Amino acid sequence: MAKRIDVSGLTAYYGTHKAIEDISMTVEPRSVTAFIGPSGCGKSTFLRTLNRMHEVTPGGRVEGKVMLDDENLYGAGVDPVSVRRTVGMVFQRPNPFPTMSIFENVAAGLKLNGSYKKSELEGIVEKSLKGANLWNEVKDRLNKPGAGLSGGQQQRLCIARAIAVEPDVLLMDEPCSALDPISTLAIEDLIGELKERFTIVIVTHNMQQAARVSDRTAFFNLAGVGQPGKLIEIDETERIFSNPSVQATEDYISGRFG
Amino acid sequence: MSNAVIDKTELAGDAPRPALRQPRLPKWAPIGLALISAGLGCGIGVAGDLSSKVQWGLIAAALFVLISFALTAKVEGSRQAKDRLATSLIWVCFLLAVIPLVSLIWETIDRGSKVLDGYFLGHSMEGVQTILPGGGAYHAIIGTLEQVGIATAIAAPIGLLTAIYLVEYGRGRLAKAVTFFVDVMTGVPSIVAGLFILTFWIIILDFDYSGFAGAMALAILMMPIVVRSTEEMLKLVPNELREASLALGVPKWRTILKVVLPTAIGGIITGVMLAVARIAGESAPIVLLVFGAQGINNNPFEGAQSSLPYYVYEQWQLGNDASFNRAWAAALVLIAFVMILNLLARGIARWKAPKTGR
Amino acid sequence: MKTDIEPTSSTAPPQDRARGTGRLGDKIFLGLSRGSGILLLAIMAAIAVFLTIRAISAISEDHGNFLTTFEWNTTSRPMVFGIAVLAYGTIVSSIIAMLIAVPIAVGIALFISHYAPRRLATPVAYVIDLLAAVPSIVYGLWGALFLVPHLTGLYQWLDDYLGWTKLFEYNDGAPRSLFTIGILLAIMIIPIVTSVSREVFRQVPQMHEEAALALGATRWEVVRMSVLPFGRSGIISASMLGLGRALGETMAVATVLSPSYDIVPSLLDPGGGTFAQNIAAHFKEADGPARDALIASGLVLFVITLLVNGAARLIIARRKEYSGAAA
Repeated sequence: MAKRIDVSGLTAYYGTHKAIEDISMTVEPRSVTAFIGPSGCGKSTFLRTLNRMHEVTPGGRVEGKVMLDDENLYGAGVDPVSVRRTVGMVFQRPNPFPTMSIFENVAAGLKLNGSYKKSELEGIVEKSLKGANLWNEVKDRLNKPGAGLSGGQQQRLCIARAIAVEPDVLLMDEPCSALDPISTLAIEDLIGELKERFTIVIVTHNMQQAARVSDRTAFFNLAGVGQPGKLIEIDETERIFSNPSVQATEDYISGRFG
Repeated sequence: MSNAVIDKTELAGDAPRPALRQPRLPKWAPIGLALISAGLGCGIGVAGDLSSKVQWGLIAAALFVLISFALTAKVEGSRQAKDRLATSLIWVCFLLAVIPLVSLIWETIDRGSKVLDGYFLGHSMEGVQTILPGGGAYHAIIGTLEQVGIATAIAAPIGLLTAIYLVEYGRGRLAKAVTFFVDVMTGVPSIVAGLFILTFWIIILDFDYSGFAGAMALAILMMPIVVRSTEEMLKLVPNELREASLALGVPKWRTILKVVLPTAIGGIITGVMLAVARIAGESAPIVLLVFGAQGINNNPFEGAQSSLPYYVYEQWQLGNDASFNRAWAAALVLIAFVMILNLLARGIARWKAPKTGR
Repeated sequence: MKTDIEPTSSTAPPQDRARGTGRLGDKIFLGLSRGSGILLLAIMAAIAVFLTIRAISAISEDHGNFLTTFEWNTTSRPMVFGIAVLAYGTIVSSIIAMLIAVPIAVGIALFISHYAPRRLATPVAYVIDLLAAVPSIVYGLWGALFLVPHLTGLYQWLDDYLGWTKLFEYNDGAPRSLFTIGILLAIMIIPIVTSVSREVFRQVPQMHEEAALALGATRWEVVRMSVLPFGRSGIISASMLGLGRALGETMAVATVLSPSYDIVPSLLDPGGGTFAQNIAAHFKEADGPARDALIASGLVLFVITLLVNGAARLIIARRKEYSGAAA
């Protein structure tokens, strides 16, 4: 199911402001690709162009091509709703629906996309919660509000919700930045398991995290305030962290700026 | 933690996968459909000889909603159809509500401007034959300004202090009770406020009808509005500011006067002005307490006065064309007054806003 | 820095003197502000007490049943009056107003917050806010001179298709009925209900909406999953605010309704009355006891609005607990 993403010449705007410019890269299926870079370099914006969430922001606009296997996400006649259904997303702050129970949260995406029998639904919810390593913690209280869980549990609930609809790609926008170290570790373990099934792209501020979880790493940078962010390089994580080909990457990784 | 066993083959293919590319209606479809429905609505209206434009509009609206739902359901599927139904219903809501409101403003401006001139603003109704054109609303304008002024002078300080009490001091039962009853007071109908002053001031204390009596009723209506808006504004003042001042050894009351109030003053003024605009249009208490007069009475503490809303009501009741014209003109003056207050208030809010913002 | 704010404390005069004035000032200030709060409570209590006293004296002279009598005859002696017609008219017209206004207002609020293109949304929101400030007497004037003549067609139509229900039977005549009042009240409260609901919808955290979007929800599904559940208590409180206005509206009803002291079975036929309209209509001709009778009816209106507001507050408090635990 996991698909390859092939981006070419992608530029995104907020109104007249150019946020990222001319980005091309390939994201391999069944692998974890990490985006790193200083704040404001457009890595989150780029991530949001991969499931057409960028255009939800007022003034958001995209030029270029994003191929998911052989379909262009920005092609004529492509429905953004179907795109988002195919490319799932997990956000920086855990955002379970506050008025829904744990069960309803996981089932939310499924209910949108068709009618399921109750037993079917129960099966998928259980599998998804197991897939998110959350089942054992919540199986006795599936009908309690999802917002009653701890931060780390909520984030795994959101992951369960995202994988319940069986997306091809899973985007994660700094999924651990609001969590404590133990919850972070749990999520990182989970990412390692999920990459067996999904193409995963993760934005992170934490370079150790990128080094721990990702197979490939992309470094983004911007020339100055108000300048668009650019992709500096993308390579095997090991290479980026040991012997990057661009000086700026090395400076950033060794902590000389950013 | 990772004791879950995932059965990949079973998970895969569980959910039906929609293609990314789905049949969609062209972008101009809603506008096109709207035009077609409007045409059909008019056509049916003419053909069925329906006298009222209201019906034409309703038919067109219903047609638009139905056609776009059916078409979308056929081309794009049921989820998209539901989405489209909601969108078109929401647009129809908007149009349905905007039409009467625009008509209200338009009618008032159109009919009101007929007799609205310097003469109208500068003369009273003293000695004017009510069925003849002429006369003006000068006495009513004076009345409104005085009554609203007095009401503000009573209600603004009390409201302000109450809000300060609730935000800066309020703990415990009294504060809770005050909060609750401020909410309740917001809902007191204006005519009830009028009846209260009537019993208290005119029946029991045996004073006469006067502008002041009306002003007291208006003050009762104004207080809770001022309390609410001031409270909101004071809550916006960051606690760090208060603590910074208190930590310097400044007594609390000076902290409030010198630090908290100046920070929130823009919002507070806006709130008071909006409250003034609100009560300036109240007519029910005026009917009960000020009694209405044809001539100019500059003294709000003695004798009957008039006021703009009351004047509109009175002229409407006379029921002839000349008086209707006067009613519209006075309504226009009243709306203009209220709108100017609103615009000023919002202007102040915008101008002062960045101070409290991050 | 210090001198900026409070010179006396920085020059450090005898410590106790500074504290002394501070304490006295604090006392006075606290006294004033607490006094204002208490005054507010006292006014509310006074409203209830004074109205009740007069109402009791009126009801004791009532030779009809205050609650069930249809007539309002306060000029003859003994007086015979009751609030049955007024209560019916007030409640029915307010219900009609709510049924029309709340869905439309929520629709417009959604239009502004989620549907309209930005360039349209901002001015529309602004205009709606301004319309909320239009005085009720202007609505009354417009209702009587513009709306009423334009409704006959609609009435005829309702009669043609729904006349069999008896509720929508229409016999010729100017449509100065409870139904027209309902429509007019709806138009009056739409702006206020809209502005409060819109404020609530705007506060829906973006992350909840994005959660729904990222699952592949259409715009309507986003509204249903994230916006409406979050805004429910806000919608309720906005509606109650509107209902409070509709119940107590005086002048707009007084100008449009053609009153009578009976309950007409059809909503479209003229007749009936409301508490506030009745007070305004009879006040000028009323002497002492007749005035007390009007005050008694005003007390009932007061109690009804108190109940409505209290109920709204309870609903909101309960919702808050629920979503507070959740948020």
